[in-house]
Amino acid sequence: MGYDLKMKVWRGDATGGDLVDYTVPVEEGEVVLDALHRIQATQSGDLAVRWNCKAGKCGSCSTEINGKPRLACMTRLSTFEPGETVTVTPLRTFPVVRDLVTDVSYNYRVAETVPAFAPEPRPADGQYRMQQVDVERGQEFRKCIECFLCQNVCHVIRDHEENKPAFSGPRFFLRYAELEMHPLDTNDRRALAREQAGIGLCNITKCCTEVCPEGIHITDNAIIPMKERVVDRSFDPVTWLGRKIFRRDQLPEAQVPQGRAE
Amino acid sequence: MAEIERHSFDVLVVGAGGAGLRAAIAAHDAGAKVGIVCKSLLGKAHTVMAEGGIAAAMANVWKEDNWKVHFRDTMRGGKMLNHWRMAQLHAQEAPDRVRELEEWGALFDRTPDGLISQRDFGGHRYARLAHVGDRTGLELIRTLQQRAVALGIEVFMECTITKLFTSTSAASTEKRVSAGAGRISGAFGYWRESGRFIAFEAPSVVLATGGIGKSYKVTSNSWEYTGDGHALALEAGASLVNMEFVQFHPTGMVWPPSVKGILVTESVRGDGGVLRNSEGRRFMFDYIPEFFKAETADSEEEADRWYEDKTNNRRPPELLPRDEVARAINAEVKAGRGSPHGGVFLDIASRRTPEYIRRRLPSMYHQFKELADVDITAEPMEVGPTCHYVMGGVAVDPDTGESAVPGLYAAGEVAGGMHGANRLGGNSLSDLLVFGRRTGLNAAYAAGRRGERPTIGDEEIRAASEHALAPFGIEGGENPYTVQQDLQEVMHNLVGIIRTADEMKQALTDLAALRERITRLSVEGHRQYNPGWHLALDLHNMLRVSECIARAALERTESRGGHTRDDYPATDDSWGKVNLHCRLDGDGVGITREPLPQMPDDLRELFN
Repeated sequence: MGYDLKMKVWRGDATGGDLVDYTVPVEEGEVVLDALHRIQATQSGDLAVRWNCKAGKCGSCSTEINGKPRLACMTRLSTFEPGETVTVTPLRTFPVVRDLVTDVSYNYRVAETVPAFAPEPRPADGQYRMQQVDVERGQEFRKCIECFLCQNVCHVIRDHEENKPAFSGPRFFLRYAELEMHPLDTNDRRALAREQAGIGLCNITKCCTEVCPEGIHITDNAIIPMKERVVDRSFDPVTWLGRKIFRRDQLPEAQVPQGRAE
Repeated sequence: MAEIERHSFDVLVVGAGGAGLRAAIAAHDAGAKVGIVCKSLLGKAHTVMAEGGIAAAMANVWKEDNWKVHFRDTMRGGKMLNHWRMAQLHAQEAPDRVRELEEWGALFDRTPDGLISQRDFGGHRYARLAHVGDRTGLELIRTLQQRAVALGIEVFMECTITKLFTSTSAASTEKRVSAGAGRISGAFGYWRESGRFIAFEAPSVVLATGGIGKSYKVTSNSWEYTGDGHALALEAGASLVNMEFVQFHPTGMVWPPSVKGILVTESVRGDGGVLRNSEGRRFMFDYIPEFFKAETADSEEEADRWYEDKTNNRRPPELLPRDEVARAINAEVKAGRGSPHGGVFLDIASRRTPEYIRRRLPSMYHQFKELADVDITAEPMEVGPTCHYVMGGVAVDPDTGESAVPGLYAAGEVAGGMHGANRLGGNSLSDLLVFGRRTGLNAAYAAGRRGERPTIGDEEIRAASEHALAPFGIEGGENPYTVQQDLQEVMHNLVGIIRTADEMKQALTDLAALRERITRLSVEGHRQYNPGWHLALDLHNMLRVSECIARAALERTESRGGHTRDDYPATDDSWGKVNLHCRLDGDGVGITREPLPQMPDDLRELFN
């Protein structure tokens, strides 16, 4: 059942690079990552590709395959036409380190800015109680494997490096939404979602949802509800009046929930 | 030589899986300056693949459960070879560690009255595993990762440690504090991204590097599992205990070939799935060992009733400990009653509704659908044993996690003793929480007591750099990928599930030849993100660990837990009092027999 697969793999570094042609023998049932591994083992030992679990659980092997953002370990070769050339390139939104490996540190910097979970104190018997239906909303968002494919396709930053400082991206709107909807959390992150994470820049084109390998409804279940909550806070006439009267908008920085825990 | 990047910490944690992160959080909370070094990006460690749950006697589902029952299950699962004190601490502290995760934002599945839900697993008397669907490991690592980030702990991502420094390696004037082993002073490594070297000076180093599975051909482990911590500890002067015990998880995927070995969670059986051979027979009823007869159902009717009523029925044989189930599957396939692709059938489709399966086992559903075109709500899975976990590891003090090398700690899979001859499912996530915290705290306290930070000399760094760069100096030598493949063949074929003396002697000969070959490895390209070079360095560790496994397995002339000898099929009581320790002996590995620590009478009574 094996055959010779034609591949084009981008090779290079921050200074530039090119697509390189490979012909790789592959077997039935294999995925793109298998083919890349075979190139490493038999043709180019230094081909750089990030991977860990090879089971779609860690989100390390994100690349663009024939132009589509995918996990290389979950892209079966049987999804291509026989004889079709498979082209693998690095994620475009992040700077290239080498070959298929990109510098995703932007995401880790953003993660540091999200205020930590701050639960209400435990009840007297020491047991938090939550209903399954209430945790399920957050559980959907916590399925995220941080493959950053959603960040990669988000057009706010895909070709706009300049937007990165003011925009956290879909993965972190998910995080804001998860904390905001957590039954035990006491922080109010709505102001931060708007001012620091830039949720207003998202115009819900749903590209993130389309590429999510975990099938999380990022736009419908996280971003839109989050936008609604932000809007309620910012533009509700009563809240607005309260802010004007009590000058809450001029409170010092210290009142904003902090990113660091105790 | 050129100046290299240097850092100084009170506690350096090597590894950012569950144990490493929990240790770092504990050390930080104890006031230490902590650094974490990890081979991959933060949040990608192997913990992410743990599926079923965290074993903890919280008694949320069964009031009868308590730490003593959990302790007893753990010891019996480990065939009584566990360090009793570790098993005790583990069972006592696991519930608090789970509740703590909840405080840090973890969202566990709930019981109808809102408590953390607990599920059934092999070898556990009661439903005991706190879980999130079948992606508990992801929840655990994400929670700890977010906590560590919130605390501002410094993380060195995609950075690999290749050498530990000790006072004796420095040939310093510092007095040697114990026979053989010097005190730890730091570590040396390289940035994967740039290939540049980095040195850490630290009075306490916590190893949390996980396991060794990548030395085997069929494994559920990720590429990182190359036994780094095992080898680093050995070379620093520590001993490895119980290395002959390697767990083959009974249910890995067997088809298609490219996914062979990927884990199929035990929760499938915990939630009602059964194993059948090609004749449709639930064959596990034919493999109930004497040791577990009294507590295992002997009819399908009783086994099926158990899911609803655990008080009046005994557990299904599918939920025997993993070593028993793996051996049974192996025997069925050997007897010609296997599935088309050389496994057996794991069937939940005919026993539970599609909705139930999708809710309880979402990632299994996804995994089979995407990778094998199998709908597990409609048809059975094909499964077979896969190398999953090493019970053996660095011998540590149970209470503090410190090894024989002062200042060197180990927690999680890289530590040995806790699981004895076989680990129960669910006990690894609780292990890494309980002992991650303990080692982190004690590493911080010890650093505080020691006061000043150690320094590392240029000469040591020069030697470590030269060693790391060696593969670039050889042209036309061995391909590291080929050597790794050959190593995997040796371990798979000769030191696998079923072992014999002749095969293991052959393995030792083959390993010696491989050791010779790794002195002649060549890598192409340059130092920037070069996987061929990284593998060349990892191979050194994989060979060290493989030799330990083969030597210890040859020495233990009995069958027990994760160690099955075809030439010594019986369990031998005299071996039940002995632990095997591996230590570096010249350039090779030496084995010593040491008495098993004896448990006090009050705990012993639990087994009467």
